Amino acid sequence: MTSGMVFAATGAVLFAMGVAGVVLLDHLMRRILAFNLMGSGAFLVLVGTAQRDGSVDPVPQAMVLTGIVVAVAATALAITLARRLYTLSGRTELSGTDDD
Amino acid sequence: MTDPLVWLIVLPLVWASVAFLLGPSRGARLAVAGLGFQLLLALDLTRMLMTGGPRRYAVGGWGAPLGIDLFADGLSAIMLLLVQSIALLLAIYARSYFKPGAASRHFWPMMGFLVAGMNALFLAADLFNVYVTLELVGLAAVGLVAAGGEAAQLAAALRYLFATLVGSGAYLLAVALVYGTYGTVAIETLAPLIDARPPLAVWLAGALMLAGLLVKSALFPFHFWLPPAHGGAPAPVSALLSALVVKATFYLILRLWLGPFAPLAAAAVWLPSVLGCVAILWGSIMAIRTRRLKLLVAYSTVAQLGYLFLIFPLLAPDGIALQAGVLQAVAHGLAKSAMFAAAGVLIIASGRDAVEGVAGAAQHLPLTLFAFALAGVTLMGLPPSGGFLAKWLLIDAALLQGQWWLAAVVIAGGLLAAVYVFRVLRQAFLIVPENAVIAPVPRVLEWATFVLAAASVLLGLGGMEIVRLLGVGAPT
Repeated sequence: MTSGMVFAATGAVLFAMGVAGVVLLDHLMRRILAFNLMGSGAFLVLVGTAQRDGSVDPVPQAMVLTGIVVAVAATALAITLARRLYTLSGRTELSGTDDD
Repeated sequence: MTDPLVWLIVLPLVWASVAFLLGPSRGARLAVAGLGFQLLLALDLTRMLMTGGPRRYAVGGWGAPLGIDLFADGLSAIMLLLVQSIALLLAIYARSYFKPGAASRHFWPMMGFLVAGMNALFLAADLFNVYVTLELVGLAAVGLVAAGGEAAQLAAALRYLFATLVGSGAYLLAVALVYGTYGTVAIETLAPLIDARPPLAVWLAGALMLAGLLVKSALFPFHFWLPPAHGGAPAPVSALLSALVVKATFYLILRLWLGPFAPLAAAAVWLPSVLGCVAILWGSIMAIRTRRLKLLVAYSTVAQLGYLFLIFPLLAPDGIALQAGVLQAVAHGLAKSAMFAAAGVLIIASGRDAVEGVAGAAQHLPLTLFAFALAGVTLMGLPPSGGFLAKWLLIDAALLQGQWWLAAVVIAGGLLAAVYVFRVLRQAFLIVPENAVIAPVPRVLEWATFVLAAASVLLGLGGMEIVRLLGVGAPT
């Protein structure tokens, strides 16, 4: 197993853990962190699978940089919304029935 | 630098940024002017496509793989026209809907970023740019849902945000797997590379992409985030999201399904249509049961999205099912924006978001009620509306291929739509008690709503133009 594939496999595991966290956890902050874990997993797969023959490919690195910018923006938005929700209602999780 | 492809993305970014710099609640006039100009650009692009065929543009003169290519064919042009025309009418609507200093302080910049993201998505020529545009659309849409600032809206926005982030995360992982296998993400280059027996990683990528995009399209059972988000947001926001944003991911599924992933499509061909059938029935039943007016319209979106996914098993032999799907996307976009706009007017008038609150609308707001009914005609699929044409073609395609049960679901869905539309209309003709207060409503709200609804019905007469445009650069 090459080092690239080790990174990719780790990334896949991290991604799965992240998805499980976003779906199964209740606390908003934990879910936001889980989303970041998920994103990092995808980035590792992206960088890992693209360097099979030893040479470094710049394109996935550019993609990961773009992805990090997106993830930072999404995290900032999520934290802002979660803080605002906490200020207004004192809740740190989404209750199951706020529709109808 | 005069190519409409670039300006359709740059222009909304510019007016959104200027609107943000102008400060809270400013920039409405700028938005209307910008969207008007974008509509002209989209029409110009359509004219170019009709005469010159599909168009490609390398941004900044840098070609793929390091540069960014934009690509437009008939399908993209239809979606671009739909977005610019609905967004323009909704911008005119929103200008009078939002009172100065009200909850919607950052509506205009976020609407601009949303439109820019959608335009970029319809013009993206590689899978990674699609990811970036998906995120741009998702974040702007979440911001719009939260714009009202109440706790329920924030909770709905967060639920939507997590759903959309998981969806685009799955999509990004799929892009990583595709790049790892083929070393490219350009849609055009990928198409000949993927054959009927691809490696396991590509199967996995296809499944992840489909799952991620279905979550973002709110197809049953992933619809859980849609009713609170669309039902709780201010009316112009609900209209933008229900009419356009969920269509963007449908467009993407269609494009990938017919394009590079066509060899893999056979494996999952029944999945979207079975989920679509359940969505039609479930969404309609929930719309019939709910007591809130906007939630009724939101559940109707869950149902109407189901029709879009019925077409997938019927796509193969000829173009009828594709035409049905695209016409349904356009007809539903116009009708649903009209219906949310009408619901917004009715809620302003009655002061509450309840189906019962509509009572007396027939006397006080006949134009709005007429618009609501016209939109209902499209959703039910009665002639001569665009919805009729779409559902007729869909039934035609289903019967031609012996899938009579799909035709049965289409007809049942139309009857169920009639039930929830008439629930509202019946209320509207009730006599209001003497002491009821009916707030005055600006006329421009009513007229913008009416134009959207009338367009959804007249689409039935102009449907052949859309079919002709769809033929430009069609994959078949």
